[in-house]
Amino acid sequence: MLAQVLSPRALRAALPAASLVVLLAAIFYIQPRAMSYFGLNLMLQYAVPIALATIAQMFVIAINDLDLSIGPFVGLTASIGATLLASSPVLGVLALIGCVAAYAALGALIHWRNLPSIVVTLGMSFVWLGVAVIILPTPGGTAPGWIKAVMGVKLPYVPFPIVAAAIIALVVHVVLMRSAYGAVLRGAGGNARAIGRAGWSLLKIRMVMYAAAGTFGVLSGLSLIGLTSAADAHIADRYTLYSIAGVILGGGEFVGGRVSPIGAVLGALTLTLTGSFLIFLKISPDWQIGAQGAILIIVLALRALIKRREG
Amino acid sequence: MLKKSLMGAVAMTLALAAAPALADTSGKRIALSNNYAGNSWRQAMLKSWEKVTGQAVSEGVVAEAPAFTTAENQVTEQAAQIQNLILQGYDAIVINAASPDALNGAVKQACDAGIVVVSFDGIVTEPCAWRIAVDFKQMGAVQVDYLAGRMAEGGNLLEIRGLAGVFVDDEISAGIHSGVEKHPQFKIVGSVHGDWAQDVAQKAVAGILPSLPEVQAVVTQGGDGYGAAQAFKAAGRPTPLIIMGNRHDELTWWKEQKDANGYETMSVSIAPGVSTLAFWVAQMILDGKEVPKDLTVPFLQINQDNLEESLANTEPGGVANVEYSLADAEAVVAGE
Repeated sequence: MLAQVLSPRALRAALPAASLVVLLAAIFYIQPRAMSYFGLNLMLQYAVPIALATIAQMFVIAINDLDLSIGPFVGLTASIGATLLASSPVLGVLALIGCVAAYAALGALIHWRNLPSIVVTLGMSFVWLGVAVIILPTPGGTAPGWIKAVMGVKLPYVPFPIVAAAIIALVVHVVLMRSAYGAVLRGAGGNARAIGRAGWSLLKIRMVMYAAAGTFGVLSGLSLIGLTSAADAHIADRYTLYSIAGVILGGGEFVGGRVSPIGAVLGALTLTLTGSFLIFLKISPDWQIGAQGAILIIVLALRALIKRREG
Repeated sequence: MLKKSLMGAVAMTLALAAAPALADTSGKRIALSNNYAGNSWRQAMLKSWEKVTGQAVSEGVVAEAPAFTTAENQVTEQAAQIQNLILQGYDAIVINAASPDALNGAVKQACDAGIVVVSFDGIVTEPCAWRIAVDFKQMGAVQVDYLAGRMAEGGNLLEIRGLAGVFVDDEISAGIHSGVEKHPQFKIVGSVHGDWAQDVAQKAVAGILPSLPEVQAVVTQGGDGYGAAQAFKAAGRPTPLIIMGNRHDELTWWKEQKDANGYETMSVSIAPGVSTLAFWVAQMILDGKEVPKDLTVPFLQINQDNLEESLANTEPGGVANVEYSLADAEAVVAGE
């Protein structure tokens, strides 16, 4: 029993949750005011769009690709959400569906021409940003009231961001980790050849994964403007790195289809809280980004330690 | 013994009488949320904040006034930063914002938590916040007004603009053009983008000069005057009247010319010390004073007679600066 709990596999699965708990404990110790409904709500609000972007990135990483355009893409969907979706909802919804379709097409292109995803998505990041600037040349716009209402909802006892994060993690977990087709999708990252021989279309799998990434990118953009109430083409530039870091912090691997939706959401929460932690510590801004990196390295080093025992 | 304690009591009464307005905010904490620190103007802004608030804290005007800068100029980061400042229970947050609209969600949360929010330079549009805005249009218009005073007969102008697509550039340029409309004896014969940088401005001016007729004056946006002067010199053309932008190299060149041949111009820009104006405005609001939601920053104008003094107070590579006092803030609030 004890051996099972302490097995490298279990330790590895527990690491994202453990880092989050340690960080939360440290925050509560430094700033007891954070240990309240109000405090958790404030600190974790911005974790919701980051968690959604991280899940989007996770779909792409699951098939051994990397998406360097998710940040600008979220910025684009936020810009659409604050302009078209608010002024003419039908057109807005069509534009957002178009974004998802464009992502699926990107997956098809990468598969068809056997292109490196890093190059294609890096190029597309400039396209997304350019389109976003055309739609919203100067920061502004207004988020539709219903999105603001959803993001600002006050639930009894448990703050909304925590509930939202739990729902995101569970839904994706069930679909990707527990369903039969989910296993096939992940299998394409683990051993594409075997999946292809078994008669599955790898082109279709890649398109499904990219479409899923696009869908979560749209959700991320919409949830973001629900919080900010206005958009900016550059609003989510950092999300590219956040999402990759979140997937890796959450126990994912760059290759092999080894990802964890629950871990990814926990990783996104951890990243968000790192920022709060450093501000509460009153660390000089010059050191903050370095300190954020240091926390990342510590978690990854712990994982490498566990992995050595695993191997 | 009695005499001593009596004197102590008198001294105390005097001290209390001297600072009656300050007593109310001595326990208050004001935080600065800044989105960017990557250029000399922002560095000077933070230095001014540190200097003025440091003194205010040691005098007991406020309890604490730390500055927080986000590592990268990102809206989401600054929004999260503001939320953390709310949690830390600051009484007022002074903001130089990354975006005029996209921080409104966080600003509203701060207001709802009973926190006074004062934005300056990069202002926010959320109605519950105070705004200390720069009248960039006026900054363009005063240049043409000055030229009209100097050259009654008018003449050809070269306009050096800032970074294309940035709101500030559009505003200053609009001010210059409205000034030209008001003084029709002037005509803008050429316009280039100098990106507020000497080297870019020099290249741009050198490129357009051969196609221009004689230029009587150059209207600028700051950071570009020295480059323009170099371009005119390199082309072998007579140096026109170039409006300067308070940078150290611009003032130095002006001083040299003034000493050599009595060159006369003016220089105008926004002092980075505007952060300290925002600090005092926040303090006044916490003190219960009536302060209108929209205020305008005065520019820092340097003229022929105070050039030497301004230059002496400007660090090499820096921008002419002025730190505001409570009295200055009161004057701005009163609209003087």
